[in-house]
Amino acid sequence: MNAPLPATPDPAARSARQREVVTALAARLPAHALLWQSEDTTPYECDGLTAYRQRPLAVALPETEEQVAAVLRTCHAMGVPVVARGAGTGLSGGAMPHPMGVTLSLARFNRILAVDPLARTATVQCGVRNLAISEAAAPYGLYYAPDPSSQIACTIGGNVAENAGGVHCLKYGLTVHNVLRVRGFTADGEPVVFGSRAPDVPGLDLLAAVIGSEGMLAVAIEVTVRLVPRPPTARCIMASFDDVRKAGDAVAAVIAAGIIPAGLEMMDKPMTAAAEDFVHAGYDLGAEAILLCESDGTPEEVAEEIGRMLDVLAGAGATRLEVSGDEAQRLVFWSGRKNAFPASGRLSPDYMCMDSTIPRKRLADILIAIQAMERKYDLRCVNVFHAGDGNLHPLILYDANDPDQLDRCERFGAEILETSVRLGGTVTGEHGVGIEKLASMCVQFSPAELQTMRAIKDAFDPAGLLNPGKVVPTPQRCAEGGLRPGRRSLLPLHALESGRP
Amino acid sequence: MTTEPAPPDDPALGAIVDRIRAARAAGTKLRLRGGGSKDFYGGPLAGEVLDLRPLAGISRHEPTELVVSARAGTPLAELEEALAAHGQWLPFEPPRFGPGATVGGMVAAGLAGPARASQGSVRDYVLGATLLDGRGELLGFGGQVMKNVAGYDVSRLLTGSMGILGVICEVSFKIMPRPPGSATLRFDMDEATALRRLAEWSGQPLPLSASAWWDGTLVLRLAGAHAAVDAAAQRLGGEAVEPALAASFWEGLRDQRDEFFAAAGRAVAGGAALWRLALPSTAPPLRLTDQQLIEWGGAQRWLCCALPAATVRDAAASLGGHATLWRGGDRAAGVFAPLAPALARIHRELKRAFDPDGVFNPGRLIADL
Repeated sequence: MNAPLPATPDPAARSARQREVVTALAARLPAHALLWQSEDTTPYECDGLTAYRQRPLAVALPETEEQVAAVLRTCHAMGVPVVARGAGTGLSGGAMPHPMGVTLSLARFNRILAVDPLARTATVQCGVRNLAISEAAAPYGLYYAPDPSSQIACTIGGNVAENAGGVHCLKYGLTVHNVLRVRGFTADGEPVVFGSRAPDVPGLDLLAAVIGSEGMLAVAIEVTVRLVPRPPTARCIMASFDDVRKAGDAVAAVIAAGIIPAGLEMMDKPMTAAAEDFVHAGYDLGAEAILLCESDGTPEEVAEEIGRMLDVLAGAGATRLEVSGDEAQRLVFWSGRKNAFPASGRLSPDYMCMDSTIPRKRLADILIAIQAMERKYDLRCVNVFHAGDGNLHPLILYDANDPDQLDRCERFGAEILETSVRLGGTVTGEHGVGIEKLASMCVQFSPAELQTMRAIKDAFDPAGLLNPGKVVPTPQRCAEGGLRPGRRSLLPLHALESGRP
Repeated sequence: MTTEPAPPDDPALGAIVDRIRAARAAGTKLRLRGGGSKDFYGGPLAGEVLDLRPLAGISRHEPTELVVSARAGTPLAELEEALAAHGQWLPFEPPRFGPGATVGGMVAAGLAGPARASQGSVRDYVLGATLLDGRGELLGFGGQVMKNVAGYDVSRLLTGSMGILGVICEVSFKIMPRPPGSATLRFDMDEATALRRLAEWSGQPLPLSASAWWDGTLVLRLAGAHAAVDAAAQRLGGEAVEPALAASFWEGLRDQRDEFFAAAGRAVAGGAALWRLALPSTAPPLRLTDQQLIEWGGAQRWLCCALPAATVRDAAASLGGHATLWRGGDRAAGVFAPLAPALARIHRELKRAFDPDGVFNPGRLIADL
């Protein structure tokens, strides 16, 4: 929180710089692939984190790889920051423009290049939408597993940048588990390939570092993903609980029974009410918390697993249990969860979505802590959790037109993140740091750890031009925030969790 | 910008920090070592041995969190036993090569066993790590939760780094429940047919767990819910292998003690080389030698031969993969495939960032680093 906007540059100097940059890029791009008038660049001023906005000097919309390389080389030669952008659905400001930089829109790289059913891979350009990959693979009985809520719109390039997750991660993994190869360019426009269609590469696993690096290490142009067979059957249990602690304990009990659900999601009472009002799924409005617990696989496998799940959930004190009878009903069960964000949007003019992760056993603790924070900051908060992963999405409701509310909302969010770190978790599970959580990085990491991350950035991008100012806070910023982590012992997070310094 | 940190209060860790600082001051090199079970792997061994076995112990195992954290010197056998007591395991079946294998060695080498193609690799299960860098500074990355995108993913970058970035001190892993059912099937099948069948089966919702083909025989392991394993076994046919025999076969393959590797060991003693090729699984039969074992549905192929290194490397590269000189052969020419120039530059810079004085494992992963 406390997101920083880069210092406002002097308008005259900015205009002069803009003319230079536009002139240089105009020599390398067709006229329709370069935007710089403010009415044209305004649509790019933010991503899914709309609270913070900034217009870039120019937006480049290259259509060929040669043009991408030319833009990068030109910007590198002139020392101009470059912010790569996909669909702009990110929730942490990772694609927010730089005031003295160029936004590199990769929206036109939207072709599916190959689907190989025998190798179970798809090779696509970075601007292909997440869901489009699964649609292209569907005729072969295959799909791409990571399914962020924005999958209708978000691009695979953005998924790579953020290491996007979704509701099926516990069983099927994150982007980093499902991407085999990324081809693109370094900051200075040199072609580079990370990973391989083979299971590994010589040297360090740079692909693992590039995935989730929020566009700061390289620019992805082409991505090869792993496809998996679509399970023939999926069924979902909707379980009600009269107490959030019982619901949290039920999550741990399912895992303890040796079951890895295909999806395990939790909504609290206010979220359930908002979702029900939005989609009319028949949710139990009397429940303090609802769990959605899904099994997938062959019909025999699913029947066996659903039976075991029902036993565990009943034993954990579920007050109502309903199993989807058919695919239509399963989708109805999920509809409210998938529409949690828009449903919340109807409760309040604005909401801020948090994204921390905690150990599963702490789900009830954090929910109770958040209830206390609602009173402290006098703002409402509704909660959806990827309970199977311990990944929380508290949505703090506020009115952005009221500066006092925005201020309270930011402090509320920061306290959720700090509490999550204290409980042994992390400030971001799947949305990324971007600009939004820079200050919280000072809570989670020591100065030496942040310095190591800066050194990694320098190793890939010595001039520091790819998406500068995101993810890794400057030492000054951590000092100003007054936030210092305690001295680390060998087990930093463990130590924090057990309350030691 | 960082100041010299206070010495850690843990004596085993403190001793390692002292060794790093002393080596840095004296300009000497350190060779990081656990049980030595993988001394044969990678570039030449150089530097004074820094034995990491004193840094041992499982620091945390929470079965319902699906997380375990263990220090680098912990014997892999001890970790596996602790997990098995709760019906859990490391699904990537890391090879042990010997009784001394440690958790740190498993992560540093990044090697996975028979289940790699179905369950993923070591790094897929790494959630977080602490390391001592070349300045003797203790750093922590990642964590002990399933999803974590705070900052760059350094803990996965350390996996397979062969110790060149620092001393991996403690690692947290995602662990999984052991599948309840398992069956092993045997088929008489030529190489091309086996590769095609494996690709076809892998694209279907079958509980495939591992495969091995050599000398006209395909062995296939299924694992998962009993109902799914039984249904798949019935559908696929083949000859059922008795469970105890099957278990010993897969264990032998995992630790490279089985018939193929035993014969390869004899051939290496006689001057041949054992190569590991990592390829796209659909790469066609190589036809370079008869002494070949194929794992991971075609993605890992072991060749035992006396062919020139360039022949083997070119064959792997032309199919989109790479070849590693596993045992024997002319190791002076390098055991790993060379890096593309853009990647080589990034490697140099990363090495400098983590280990500016080049204290750790020189040449073990990359010739001049």
